[in-house]
Amino acid sequence: MNASGTEPALAAVVLAARTLCPGAGSGMLLVLSEPLSFWGGTDRRTGRVIDAHHPQHGISMAGRVLVMDASRGSSSSSSVLAEQIRAGVGPAAILLTARDAIVALGALAAAELYGTYVPVVLLDAGGAARLRAAAGTANGTTAVVTAGEDGTAGVVLSKPGG
Amino acid sequence: MTAPALRLTGEETAMLDGGRGAGTAMAMRMVVALAGVLGAERLIPITGAHIDSCLYHGQAGLDFAQKLAGLGAAVTVPTTLNVSSLDLMHPGLVRLPPADAVPARALMEAYRALGARATWTCAPYQSTERPAFGEDIAWAESNAIVFANSVLGAHTERYGDFIDICAAITGRVPHAGLHLPEHRLPTLELDCSALSTARLGEEAVWAALGDVVGRQSGSGVPLLAGIDPAVVDEDRLKALGSTAASSGGLALFHVAGVTPEALAAAGDPAWSGLPSLAVTAAMLRTARDELSHGADPSAPLDAVALGTPHFSVREFGKLAAALEGRPAFHPGCTVWINTSREVLAQVRQSGLVQAAEERGARIVVDTCTYITPILGPEERTVMTPSGKWAWYAPMNIGVDVVLGTLSECLDSACAGRVLRDERQWD
Repeated sequence: MNASGTEPALAAVVLAARTLCPGAGSGMLLVLSEPLSFWGGTDRRTGRVIDAHHPQHGISMAGRVLVMDASRGSSSSSSVLAEQIRAGVGPAAILLTARDAIVALGALAAAELYGTYVPVVLLDAGGAARLRAAAGTANGTTAVVTAGEDGTAGVVLSKPGG
Repeated sequence: MTAPALRLTGEETAMLDGGRGAGTAMAMRMVVALAGVLGAERLIPITGAHIDSCLYHGQAGLDFAQKLAGLGAAVTVPTTLNVSSLDLMHPGLVRLPPADAVPARALMEAYRALGARATWTCAPYQSTERPAFGEDIAWAESNAIVFANSVLGAHTERYGDFIDICAAITGRVPHAGLHLPEHRLPTLELDCSALSTARLGEEAVWAALGDVVGRQSGSGVPLLAGIDPAVVDEDRLKALGSTAASSGGLALFHVAGVTPEALAAAGDPAWSGLPSLAVTAAMLRTARDELSHGADPSAPLDAVALGTPHFSVREFGKLAAALEGRPAFHPGCTVWINTSREVLAQVRQSGLVQAAEERGARIVVDTCTYITPILGPEERTVMTPSGKWAWYAPMNIGVDVVLGTLSECLDSACAGRVLRDERQWD
């Protein structure tokens, strides 16, 4: 149950990150194992992954802290993400490892229109590796994401029972 | 505040502060926010924009356009519009429920009110007016982006919904990404010399190649080498780029001896000694089979989908030539052809569309058969030479797809069942 990874069994892991879209959000981690196009790949009404090619097909992003390297494919993805945020079925926060404008703009537009601030943050390579190590040892890792207007952001990971 | 390193000109500051109107200020807030996301230190002027936000994806997109229009914003550079969810020239063709059709129509009106041209095409590069080599532009729509960068040598980042119209209103984009020459250099070579030149005469083979390119390139810039320039045309580069931008995030590719930046770089040491991967015919067949999603090859063929991205004048010519000597299409199989109003007007005048229509083909403009309900519920198995259609249609409209060359598609459309010719894929 507690496989020996690079990360010791700490109660919490704290990662520093950069703000791409300010805000605060928390939820269970959903680490995408492959890039995803929100348009065509997710349902705008439910937030579910519908890309038949994607390994996480069928999983809902609603309320999750989504971890992805970058988006893939269509530039319509910004609209789909903004619509999911408006409808309350979007991710609670998004952690990226690349400066993905399409994802950030969806969140920025929702903030401009509705005042709903879903944080989008950029992890550096070290932070991403620590996150994957922490998430990989247990299901149900929870993340609290805070992304400030000043550009600094933080991610706190907690494991179940930790 | 989110981007302390960003320096604005006096005019840009006036836009941001509301001196050019509240709508321009809203647009500038988005451009400045994007500059922060990309880490840009300044903005640069653009000469044109292509808007993808006019395709309806829910209330948020309509709210955004109507807010900009309501605040008095208007585009300040020549701006074209991508496909929408409706075919305004053929009313009744799109089976969209009113709950979606009404806001989709309102979205189209909002973008016209903002001053964009009613082009309604995903292939603005097939228009008579298109960006020149080296121009900075703000284009959205993944296939248009990759074509503008790769085939025209214009400079655009992968812009998406919302920022496309904001760039058109402000006339500015962040000085970042593919606007910087150093980000446009190739990072890997894909050696295509093992591929048969004869096979590369088919757009569907280029689509399969595009699937491989998209999957292999990651966030890099591929240089395709070993392709005979004589076999390349813009339709094939369109097929390559649009599929690679579906299977991957590709925004720029080069073809040695063909695309403008590759031609300009002849002898440049930065373009040699790249990590190289050999592309084989077997890889293309694997890609073809992966793009043939869920189809039962023994089932009747219900439809053929052509023109994703929108059919060009040259493609209508290729189709007319391929139809010579062929009978009418099977009554159980509808051949759909997506194109733009502008191209349709040209091929009607030149007589290139009649051969297909006489055999039963149906023309769609302003939109596309894979993004909005046009096919009937009985049209379950569809063949297409388009990698992009094959990639997205199963998700969007729930059909089974077979990727095939144009001649495979036409043979199959006449027979009413899938006819595969493996010799076209060896």
